[in-house]
Amino acid sequence: MRELRIHGRGGQGSVTAAELIAVAAFEGGVYAQAFPAFGVERRGAPVQAFVRFNDQAIRLRSQVYEPDYIIVQDSTLIRDVNVFLGVKPGGIVIVNSGKKVDASVPAGVRLITIDATSIALEVLGLPITNTTLMGAFAAATGEIKFSALENALRNRFRGDLADKNIMAAKKAYDMVQGGA
Amino acid sequence: MLEITEGSHAVAKAVKMSRPQVIAAYPITPQTHIVEALADMVADCELDAEYITVESEFSALSACLGASAAGSRTYSATTSQGLALMFEVCFNVSGMRLPVVMTIANRALGAPLSIWNDQQDSIALRDSGWLQFYAEDNQEATDLHYIAYKVAENPEVLLPAFVCFDGFILSHTYEPVDMLSQEDVDRYLPAYKPVQRLDADDPISMGMYATPEYYLEFRYEHDQAMKRARNAINKAGKEFGEMFGRDYSALVEGYRLEDADTAIIAMGSLCGTIKDAIDEMRSAGKKVGLLKIRCFRPFPAEEIRNALSHVKRVAVLDKNVSVGAKGAVAIEVRDALYGKALPVLGYVLGLGGRDVRISDIRNIVSLAESGKGDQFYGLRTEVL
Amino acid sequence: MALGIGCSSRPGKAPNNKTGSWRVFKPKFNHEKCTKCGMCKTICPEGCIEESEDEFFIPNESYCKGCGLCAEECPSDAITMEQEEK
Repeated sequence: MRELRIHGRGGQGSVTAAELIAVAAFEGGVYAQAFPAFGVERRGAPVQAFVRFNDQAIRLRSQVYEPDYIIVQDSTLIRDVNVFLGVKPGGIVIVNSGKKVDASVPAGVRLITIDATSIALEVLGLPITNTTLMGAFAAATGEIKFSALENALRNRFRGDLADKNIMAAKKAYDMVQGGA
Repeated sequence: MLEITEGSHAVAKAVKMSRPQVIAAYPITPQTHIVEALADMVADCELDAEYITVESEFSALSACLGASAAGSRTYSATTSQGLALMFEVCFNVSGMRLPVVMTIANRALGAPLSIWNDQQDSIALRDSGWLQFYAEDNQEATDLHYIAYKVAENPEVLLPAFVCFDGFILSHTYEPVDMLSQEDVDRYLPAYKPVQRLDADDPISMGMYATPEYYLEFRYEHDQAMKRARNAINKAGKEFGEMFGRDYSALVEGYRLEDADTAIIAMGSLCGTIKDAIDEMRSAGKKVGLLKIRCFRPFPAEEIRNALSHVKRVAVLDKNVSVGAKGAVAIEVRDALYGKALPVLGYVLGLGGRDVRISDIRNIVSLAESGKGDQFYGLRTEVL
Repeated sequence: MALGIGCSSRPGKAPNNKTGSWRVFKPKFNHEKCTKCGMCKTICPEGCIEESEDEFFIPNESYCKGCGLCAEECPSDAITMEQEEK
């Protein structure tokens, strides 16, 4: 079983990202489970969401403490929350940042930084980075195919909004595949 | 067909396919997604039901009471403080023997205010005369709604039912669920035929005044109906299994219990985590098993006695506490095992959304092995 | 009587309960003083006073509980309450 933990702030779409990654993974033929850990329900407060991927039905209901993958939607969270806590050796951490991340990730963990905010602003015109980071996740981990992600986005958003989110995700997907 | 969906939406779909004629509910976290989805279905004409918007949970269940008395299949959903506000109406619905089905997205009760999961809300209504089912996952959560209607409306039973599933932990989780088709549900659950109903052309009064010469007998009849519900559940669960391959005929379900020394007893989503913990402990040579209680009312005392005849100790995990006593399940399990020299140890845990991990289950089994129990588990003593 | 499910029951009628035996005092109507105004019929909580063919008012003793409201309200003092011999 592989596990993903997403760190974000209320309003950034972490919960939606977890749901859509699970939907895309399920399309790829694995059992997936996505769930949020709501804290205080307000914009800007730190939130977490989780996804599990497994070849069999998933029974475990506890939160994710030793993730294989971590997505950090907002690099300012690194100051407030120990976002790398428990990450497995060989794990992958994706951080949304335009700068070099000045936090030390544990040895043996691959750190990918991507300026998802700039991509989202350019493509969507909004600083909502969840779909962009989903593209990066697909490329970095191989847990979900881009086509499945595209389907998941198209089922969730309508018309133009779906197109734009897919475009943002694709941009990040290509950047990470190209070695970002 | 297996589809991946949020627990609340899976439940809403199951409710829709059960064809309720009247829905009355008041939104409250974490139940909201269920009733929002149902309101959409009614507004979009996907579900031909009367959706009554009300100003409180008291009114919601009161509207359901009236609609059910008039002979409609009726649905509501709530949690926590909302259920507490329904307290009085709950007793009226069951006393009038009206087969209302209500989803409880289990949540802690305030004060202190908490939106997170435990099972104190439905447990606090354990004496209210409603059937109580507890779901381990969203598959069970959906299936149990069809079974709840079938049992509740059985003329031998005529009692309302709670289908309880853990708030957030199940209600907000996306996972694959095998949804029945409308044709399947229609085959399993025919239209509701009330034994008696309010009808202006043939009037009756319901829930009349009972003098001391009659009240005791009414409560006895109510209790007898609850006892008959065991049979009705066995039958309805078996029929479901024959039709769709998932057998819910038993009120309890064992997992690796056959040769277990330590039996863990729990209800709801906790059971999934416990099963993973048991697999781990078994690999390390520990003989541990689980007895899941799927139906808490009627209480399956005999099934529990039979299932535990060979074990050396029982650890009961309660996501509730009867303050001043113990967890409700621990008390009742001990009562079911009265006269047997079998240690039954209770652990109150996971209250107000405290996460329960595999390591916690391992620790509890160790505590049980050393005879320590009847305690709160996982206290952060540094804040006491 | 067998219990109805959920304490339900068929509707009955007030006349099924003959309440006349509850009475200690019964009203005596003096037709010489009576102006046939009908106040007694209007005020009777039991609804048991009826108008006869000659337009005088007569209580139905099967139901009259002897409450005395008719005597209290009669504007002509044509009704007196008398202890009933049992």
